[in-house]
Amino acid sequence: MDLTELTIKQAHEGLKKKEFSSVDLTKAYLEQIKKTDKELNAFLTVTENLAVLQAESADKKIATGNFGQLTGIPGAIKDAILVEGEKCTAASKILENYIAPYDATVISKLKSQGAVILGKTNLDEFAMGGSGENSAFGAAKNPLDKTRVAGGSSSGSAAAVAAAEAQYALGSDTGGSIRLPSSFCGVVGLKPTYGAVSRYGLIAFGSSLDQIGPIAKNVQDAKIVFETISGKDAMDATSAEYVFEDSNASLKGLKIGVPKEYFVKGLDPEVEKVIRGAIKKAEDAGAKIEELSLPNTEFALACYYIIALAEASANLARFDGIKYGLSEKADKLLDVYSKTKGHGFGQEVKRRIMLGTYSLSSGYYDAYYKKAQQVRQLLKQDFAKAFKIVDLLFCPVSPVPAVKIGERTKDPLSMYLMDIYTVSVNLAGLPAISLPVGKIRNLPVGLQIIGNHFQENKILSIAAEIEKVV
Amino acid sequence: MISKEEVKHIAKLARLELTEKEIEKMQKDMSAILDYFNLLKKADRHPMSIKLDRHRVSNQLRKDEVISSHDLVDELIAAVPDKKDDYIKVRPPLNLL
Repeated sequence: MDLTELTIKQAHEGLKKKEFSSVDLTKAYLEQIKKTDKELNAFLTVTENLAVLQAESADKKIATGNFGQLTGIPGAIKDAILVEGEKCTAASKILENYIAPYDATVISKLKSQGAVILGKTNLDEFAMGGSGENSAFGAAKNPLDKTRVAGGSSSGSAAAVAAAEAQYALGSDTGGSIRLPSSFCGVVGLKPTYGAVSRYGLIAFGSSLDQIGPIAKNVQDAKIVFETISGKDAMDATSAEYVFEDSNASLKGLKIGVPKEYFVKGLDPEVEKVIRGAIKKAEDAGAKIEELSLPNTEFALACYYIIALAEASANLARFDGIKYGLSEKADKLLDVYSKTKGHGFGQEVKRRIMLGTYSLSSGYYDAYYKKAQQVRQLLKQDFAKAFKIVDLLFCPVSPVPAVKIGERTKDPLSMYLMDIYTVSVNLAGLPAISLPVGKIRNLPVGLQIIGNHFQENKILSIAAEIEKVV
Repeated sequence: MISKEEVKHIAKLARLELTEKEIEKMQKDMSAILDYFNLLKKADRHPMSIKLDRHRVSNQLRKDEVISSHDLVDELIAAVPDKKDDYIKVRPPLNLL
């Protein structure tokens, strides 16, 4: 039996029946990483010692008979989430040697269940990018076609799950960073409602948008991880009182909205065919399909980039060479700051800090930042109106399947356009999943299912049903 | 097209050192992206009627009590690039400008 083929549920059953131990399972994954990751580059750090220690203590817990669904299950963590005592680089030179001083809340929760951490996964530097190519340590490759990107920014997390280098992974999603790589790599990625999961210990990018979520082999696994990491946390004031409850929603009689603005010029016709096919299958299973309009969609991408970059420029001001990370020497304090950032940050991060600073600067604030905040309300209203009529929305995750490595790096705007179908969800704080529903030749295509706030349960039930019919 | 001087001014506000080559590239890239951002002007239908959403946001207060985080303090200090004992060393701030 190849242990790396198992889902979380299957591995849990195997551990329960003592068919194998957590150490066996963990070593199978570490072996797989050694075999395939030199080429894939999904991991920035493999935490082998930690993983084996955790597996040994998980086996003791399993022996007592009293253990959870993630006990002894090996997962991978995006390298923007702190794991105490391990490096956390955010794929940036500026944090190349930074050791995390504490655990993120999601990590504490995984550890308290006895989960096993295999390592830290690659990403676009500071989670800024749609392809994974902005990593200071080289792009993660798409396991299905190594000449293509894994998608970003949680590139390594999606690639690791797709290549059976981890049973599941955690990613973070500011404008599509869980869903886009999940779509490109053919795995399931859930971006939770803003506030459903604590962000304490996640290196911040856009604080009104960021969410941590699971990337997994199937819907059931994503649900298990989401249940474990969600809930109120005293260390994150934006986290909500929220307890996951199973939903009995089913396709029969479900009202599915299909926003027409997500099927316009720019969408690859082959992607459209796959998505329309999945919608047809939902209809055949008894769902009622309604085409509707989210009229402000055309403004979403500009609105998102103005807000995300403004927030990023404030969040990244902390990497000044004083408290941690890279520190360049200079006579004047101001030069310490500017040299450290100038030498430590990569090109895309610099570009985003500059654009964010510009839109917040005197004379431009009203035209950009304030305007974007107003448009954000229009986008929220669009969704609020839609969810008065339908239960869920179905649309593509990305207008294209995984692009070739280097295809879009020269023109930053063309890279931003890959996020066109994912950013609205973050602006409105909604939950959404990327579910693999078909392929174009060898390349997977993800269906995006969007729900109203805190309706992850409904999304997951319906996604599980669709998973069976596609 | 935004000017070189504007790029330099923004870089100064951002406390970010850029090389001459980076400034030139930034001028081009920022101009293209800012042009795209101007799309929002089209959303200018009823600007005054759009209120900023504050109703979901409220203060989150906790009890004013001391919570020990002594171990964490040591680890935070350990990450500081330039220090003397438990003090963080910086260049004199009066020299800032």
